[in-house]
Amino acid sequence: MTVTEVPTSAGGNPIGFGRMLRKEDARFLRGQGNYVDDIDMPGMLHGAILRSPVAHAIIKSIDTSAAEAHPKVKAVITGAVLETLGLAWVPTLSYDTAAVLATDKVRFQGQEVAFVIAEDKYSARDALELIDVDYEILQPVVDAKRALDPGAPVIRTDKEGKTDNHIFDWEAGDAAKCDAAFAKADVIVTQDMLYPRTHPSPMETCGAVALMDKVTGQLTIWCTSQAPHAHRTVYALVAGLPEHKIRVVSRDIGGGFGNKVGIYSGYVLAIVGSIVTGKPVKWVEDRSEHLMSTAFARDYHMHGEIAATKDGKILGVRVDVLADHGCFNGTAQPTKFPAGFFHIFTGSYDYEAAHCKVTGVYTNKAPGGVAYACSFRITEAVYLVERLVDCLAAEMKIDPAELRLKNLLRAEQFPYTTPTGWEYDSGDYAPALREAMRIAGYDELRAEQRARRERRAAGDTTEPLMGIGISFFTEGVGAGPRKHMDILGLGMADGAELRVHPTGKAQLRLSCMSQGQGHQTTFAQIVAQELGIPPEDIEVLQGDTDNTPFGLGTYGSRSTPVSGGAAAIVARRVRDKARIIAAVALECSPDDLEWELGRWQVKGDPEKGKTIQEIAMLSHSSLELPDGVEGHLDGTCVYDPPNLTYPFGAYICVTDVDAGTGEVKVRRFIAVDDCGPRINPMIVEGQVHGGLADGVGMALMQVIAFDEEGNNLGGSFMDYLLPTSMECPSWELGMTVTPSPHHPLGVKGVGESATVGSPPAVVNSVLDAIQVRHADMPLTPAQVWRAMQGNSFRTDLAIT
Amino acid sequence: MQVTINVNGQDVSRDVEPRLLLIHFLRDHLRLTGSHWGCDTSNCGVCVVWMDGQPVKSCTVLTAMADGRSVRTVEDLEQGGALAPIQQGFMNEHGLQCGFCTPAMMMTGQALLDRNPDPSNEEIREAICGTICRCTGYENIVRAIRWAAEHQEVPA
Repeated sequence: MTVTEVPTSAGGNPIGFGRMLRKEDARFLRGQGNYVDDIDMPGMLHGAILRSPVAHAIIKSIDTSAAEAHPKVKAVITGAVLETLGLAWVPTLSYDTAAVLATDKVRFQGQEVAFVIAEDKYSARDALELIDVDYEILQPVVDAKRALDPGAPVIRTDKEGKTDNHIFDWEAGDAAKCDAAFAKADVIVTQDMLYPRTHPSPMETCGAVALMDKVTGQLTIWCTSQAPHAHRTVYALVAGLPEHKIRVVSRDIGGGFGNKVGIYSGYVLAIVGSIVTGKPVKWVEDRSEHLMSTAFARDYHMHGEIAATKDGKILGVRVDVLADHGCFNGTAQPTKFPAGFFHIFTGSYDYEAAHCKVTGVYTNKAPGGVAYACSFRITEAVYLVERLVDCLAAEMKIDPAELRLKNLLRAEQFPYTTPTGWEYDSGDYAPALREAMRIAGYDELRAEQRARRERRAAGDTTEPLMGIGISFFTEGVGAGPRKHMDILGLGMADGAELRVHPTGKAQLRLSCMSQGQGHQTTFAQIVAQELGIPPEDIEVLQGDTDNTPFGLGTYGSRSTPVSGGAAAIVARRVRDKARIIAAVALECSPDDLEWELGRWQVKGDPEKGKTIQEIAMLSHSSLELPDGVEGHLDGTCVYDPPNLTYPFGAYICVTDVDAGTGEVKVRRFIAVDDCGPRINPMIVEGQVHGGLADGVGMALMQVIAFDEEGNNLGGSFMDYLLPTSMECPSWELGMTVTPSPHHPLGVKGVGESATVGSPPAVVNSVLDAIQVRHADMPLTPAQVWRAMQGNSFRTDLAIT
Repeated sequence: MQVTINVNGQDVSRDVEPRLLLIHFLRDHLRLTGSHWGCDTSNCGVCVVWMDGQPVKSCTVLTAMADGRSVRTVEDLEQGGALAPIQQGFMNEHGLQCGFCTPAMMMTGQALLDRNPDPSNEEIREAICGTICRCTGYENIVRAIRWAAEHQEVPA
């Protein structure tokens, strides 16, 4: 499974795994990317959405007459119009319902109220100003902790008989066993912590162009979708449109990070707009619309407890979660998992028992929760356990690295079944942490920190406070298997089709959809490795439902674990077929042939053989093939993964904190990732880099908070702060390689590892610097300064 | 109103609304879609183009303000079918993933190299901090601009 010598193609690329420059770069470097807003079509109209200025209000009336009278306006669509089409309310991915356009009430600031279609986008915006909506303001539910109070305003009055804001209760693990483990503990540490609402904010906002051809009945939707096949089926199920007449096309996507999994009102409205006007209709949201209405992430209020013996052996963990899902339960996650994969919160450690309880509530905020490279809420889980372990280390005055090394799962325990029922496929954890400590120079850093603290104690306050933070994470990525995982009944398995053309050039068709991950390159490398065809001779097609096989798409780091498995298997099927064809051509038995990269040759007589390119041509020739073997060199596959893959890693963050201002500088960040063998190490490192920047952003800067009236306080990039080149250090990466035993290539996903794993390292580092047990993210200068005064604040509300 | 702007070396005259943003003029009127639009508040910087040789955020420049000036966009970087060093640097160092901020990053990086042919990593970070990238964590963008610095012809 380890990477061995890989031959190089005439194009200078590895025929298999290895560093290869990206095929997709050629167009991006020239400004020739194909994003949805780049589409222009004859007669194309432009849509714009009128949004609610308030968080909770009854809509008493909507007057669209002035907007309709605007000379460039072609149509105005309201919730009342959608009701006549049965599209005002649609099912969500979590078996709730959500309003496409508000009919009875608005339930969050920024909710969609009306849609204007005009000849150009400036006129469409102008016309929004002409719509008069009469709102009767209602008390909003802003604080999730008050959502279940008796007498709290009921948000979902649309649901018959609904008298509170409760969505679900869900638990995992063994409560009694956990109580028993806690009963024999010498030390129990308890900590409340919030993983605040954050937003993925890809640089490209969401958008769509829809075209309904009334003659053929063909509906085409070009949109920013990470899951085009799932979108097509949902349109068919929800709108009753014939699925064979729907084509969903994702072109280049300017970043997704989970934000572009769901179907947004704007997409539906563009479709309705095209049906109404008979013209192509484009809708592209602006940044504030994007931040205020599309899928946010996290918003978990967690009460955690960790129990250990006096010599530092962790016995158990339990957690009680209040989950703020916003006003519609629309989280994108496998059906059976209302709290996503949160119950993997036992993390990377070996203990007897664990238990969690999650309660989901409605609030007057935008819907979502699962987005932003979170692996279905493993982000929250890793943050919880990694913060608890640090709290325990502080309580017991044990070095946090030592405490982790004492409790990490050991190699011989794999495959390992967690106390909440997850089977980790493979792992060797301690070497990864030791490697991170080696790169960091951990002992030297601690010595430097001690020396600084001594100087400060002696009265020298010129130096910043120094913090060292560790996190260790176990990820679970690559959903399904489909017997356990589905979305709206669609099993999480993915197809692949491979066609080797007569001249030996190939096309691979995939169900997943890149948003920047470099699929055109890495999937060509997979086929190259299996078939010996140079990667430059392999075209990877994705994103167009009319010419790719069905599958659930790209999120949860599932492209490599699932579609990567499909690509490997379909290539092997083609290789097996090529063997039969070669045997006929060489007048021998297939059993007499052996595979040497790119070639079937006679065992013991390697001069006699046929290259895959020769076999491709033979497969189209007059060569007489055995009964049951059809011509051509094509294959198909649907890959149903037997389990998730479980990448892991050890991160160390070094910070300097200005004691006077609370300003944090990330001095160093060391990341050791183990995602199994790396198909393209350059791309893997790029994925890790991006996730680490996310971690710095979430830990220090990013939050979507709300004031008491439900106003979104993170509704533009002036308020919602993302890390720039100045906040990010030069990342220091390392690796260990532990293959997955069940994946055809041994590979694991990696796209979300760093986003999942890095926030607790940053937070642990800052809290280590200021010697405070806990303060909630983001650790802005104000929060750090207040934490140092023993007065940290809730970051999900307006600062008081 | 009538404007005449030299765009990528060619004079272009158009009748535009006074409120038309330069980014929309470039993208929607001239179909130069390499420059992108990301926030409207001058924070994200994916709309960076050059005006009279200086990087500007074209979402907060009115087309009217560019009247009589020269504008250069990413489409002009490649010359004679050969990628410019800044483009080659981004490719070689994996300085891009989704590609959305890339044109702005390259225009900003080239502007830096034009005034400082041998910038330090810190100077590069400072130069590009007006454009946000959500994919790369910036490390490889810094390396890409360094690569370009080391591979471009510097006038004697």
